[in-house]
Parts: sequence; C-alpha cells; structure tokens
Amino acid sequence: MDTAAVQQGTKWWSGGRSPFNASYGKVMMWYFLMSDAFTFGAFLISYGTIRFSVNDWADPNKVFNSFPLAGHANLPLAFVSLMTFILIASSVTMVLAVHEGHHMNRKGVEKYMLWTIIGGAAFLSCQAWEWTHLLTGEHIALLDNGTLSVLPTTVKSNPWGTEVHHEALLTALQNTPRIQLLEIAGTLHETGANHNVAALSDAELIRTIEAAGIHANNPGPIAFGGYFFGITGFHGFHVFSGVVINVVMYIKTKLGHFDQRGHYEMIEKAGLYWHFVDLVWVFVFLCFYLI
Amino acid sequence: MSAQSSSPEITFQAPHAGNTKRIWRTFWVLSILTIIELAIGLLLYNMHKGEAPNATLVLAFKGMVCILTLAKAYYIVSVFMHLGDEIRNMIMTIVVPLMLFIWFIAAFLWDGNSWKNLRNRYNGKPQEIEKVTPAAKEKGAKD
Repeated sequence: MDTAAVQQGTKWWSGGRSPFNASYGKVMMWYFLMSDAFTFGAFLISYGTIRFSVNDWADPNKVFNSFPLAGHANLPLAFVSLMTFILIASSVTMVLAVHEGHHMNRKGVEKYMLWTIIGGAAFLSCQAWEWTHLLTGEHIALLDNGTLSVLPTTVKSNPWGTEVHHEALLTALQNTPRIQLLEIAGTLHETGANHNVAALSDAELIRTIEAAGIHANNPGPIAFGGYFFGITGFHGFHVFSGVVINVVMYIKTKLGHFDQRGHYEMIEKAGLYWHFVDLVWVFVFLCFYLI
Repeated sequence: MSAQSSSPEITFQAPHAGNTKRIWRTFWVLSILTIIELAIGLLLYNMHKGEAPNATLVLAFKGMVCILTLAKAYYIVSVFMHLGDEIRNMIMTIVVPLMLFIWFIAAFLWDGNSWKNLRNRYNGKPQEIEKVTPAAKEKGAKD
C-alpha cells in the first residue's frame, strides 16, 4: 500500500488538519452552545411539565400587561414585543459586525459592536424594569384562611390564580382584618382617598373597597415565580455575560489586536454566543409570554 | 472577496458574501414572523375575553406559534450563526444530538399531563378508595 501518498493528502483526523475545516475555537464554541441549549431546554421542559400538571396557570396576558410610564393601562404583549425587537435588532448589528470583520474593516466592526452593546444594555434595562414591576407590584388575592390580602409576584407568592367570584369576594372582605384592609385600600388608585384611609372605620373601609370594584384572584401555583425568575434570570445572566464579552471584543478591536492577528475570528465567536442568547429568548418568549 | 487570512487550521475559505442583502432579508423574515406570532397572541387574548373558547382552536393557534418559533430558530442558526455555511458533518454533530429534544418534550409533557389527570381523579377523595376494599372483604367473609 502506498501509505505515504495517503498521509500527505488525506490524513484528516491525525493532526495537521481540521476535520470540519473550522478553527478549534469555533467548533468548541458550537459544542458549548449545544450543551447550553440542553441546559435551557431542561429548564424549559421542567417548566412545561409542571405547567401541564396543574389545572390553572398564570395567564401571561394578565401578568405581563404593563408598560413603563403607561400607568395602569392594560397593554398585553406590548413590553415583551419591545424586548424581542431590541434583541433581534442587536442580533442583526452583531452579524453586520461579523460581516465587516470578514472584510477587515475595523471602523465597521467598531460601529456595529457598539450598537450591539447598546442593544444588550437596553434589553437588560427592560428586564430590570420588568422584574422590579413584578416583585413590587401588589395584587389582591384570596388567602387560604378566607381573608383578602395584597401579594407581589415572587418565587414565594403568585397572585395569578383563577378569579374569585363576586359573592365570595364580598364574604372574604367581611372577614379581612383591618391591617389587610388598609393594605388593599392602599392599592386603590381610582379613589383619591389614599391619604385619609387610616381615619376610616372598618365598615367604611370595606364600603370604599367595594365601591372601587376590586377584583381578586386565588393564589396560583407557587412554581410560577420560581420558573419565571429562574429561567429569565438565567437568560438575563447570559445576556449580561454576552454584553461583557462584546465590550471586551470592542476594546480589542479598538486597540487593533485583530488587525495585528490578521483576522477577526474572535468577533465571529463572540457573535455565535450573542446569537445564541437571541435564540434562547425566542423560546423563552414563546413559553412564558405567548402560550 | 475578502482580504481575510484566517487561522492556519482553515485550509479552504468559502467566499464571504460581498454585501449584506441576505442579513437584511433574514432580519425582515424574523420581524414578520414575530409580528405574526404577536398577532396570534393577541387573537388568543381576545378569544379568552368572553366565555371559554374552543379548546381545540386554542391548541391549534398555540401549535402555529410553536412552528413559527422553530422557523425563527432555523433562520437565526442557519444565517446569523452561519451554521448553514459550515461543512455538512459539522452541522450534523450539532443538529443530531438536539434531536433528543423531540423525545424529551414529548415524554415530559406527557408525564405532566398524567400528573394532572391523576390528581384530578384522586384529590380530595382518599376515603372513597379506602372503603372499596373492606366492603369487598366483608362480602367475601359472609359467603
């Protein structure tokens, strides 16, 4: 056998040649992202399993219906659409940066990396607002002891169960102690009576609350907050680390490191990570906000 | 053509696209798919406003949103991440392991649904179940 000829031309796997004609770093970035996809997949499938196992889950159109500076307007899907478009746009600027890198255009890479970083920071700001809104938001819920109280959306409380019928609501209101009545009255935005509720008697408080036409929910499955904050938090952490990586790449571009090296492959690898973040958001958007 | 001299591991460089037409086309595809998803989302929201909507119809719309999401994922991975431009074997090492998700999703959601059914069947009525066996035994003792 003429082994020498084979060795020279096609010794694909024994060194000296990349089997996939791609650099080691890029192939390993792909395998890292694949393993990360399994991590996110496991989280989302776990969420799906629990959601399938209960009769009522929080309705996303009720939980995520607010928009910054829009007060109490009911705007389902609006804010999350904004977040989705921010991430798609930053994905486009990232791929444009990679494109400029292919053409060794340093100024172009700098410009588009900067836009990508701005997009990532904007997305993180949106998420910070959304989390704050949920964690500090107050919603009236019927507790197990038959009284009404005010609950935020956290990993320990979920005020987004089924809606309480009007009669049951009125009965629960009669049983509610004064301290909880004051809390509920504090959430009423329509009445201008917020400043003097403390002066009202219990009966007057109940009448004020009834007159405001409040709605209350039963507490929903406790798992909702844990899954929502856990998965969007893990995604947000990926966005944050992606922004850090992009900032490093931006600085290295500015310092001319990639021009010295002769190629902009690092931008491609950072780009892979950044697109993966966008890819995961597509599924988070589907699982938490759309269905 | 690009002026790029890549790392020495790469022996053949596929010519890079000269312009950004494909990128912008993909951007519009992703945007339009997202807008369709949002339209279906709003449709579902409005369906839930009145009396309980047709469950099959709701499921069909949700299935459509899932398919649109997979289409978006395909465009992001294939065009933005340039996986479509890699060597076929490279694509397969990434895509084939992800096929496990088909089974993961089917098995786990099935499991969740089974929990729900069992819980709905047995929750709140453990005594009824206990009564059945002694009653049968009593009958057997008399005979």
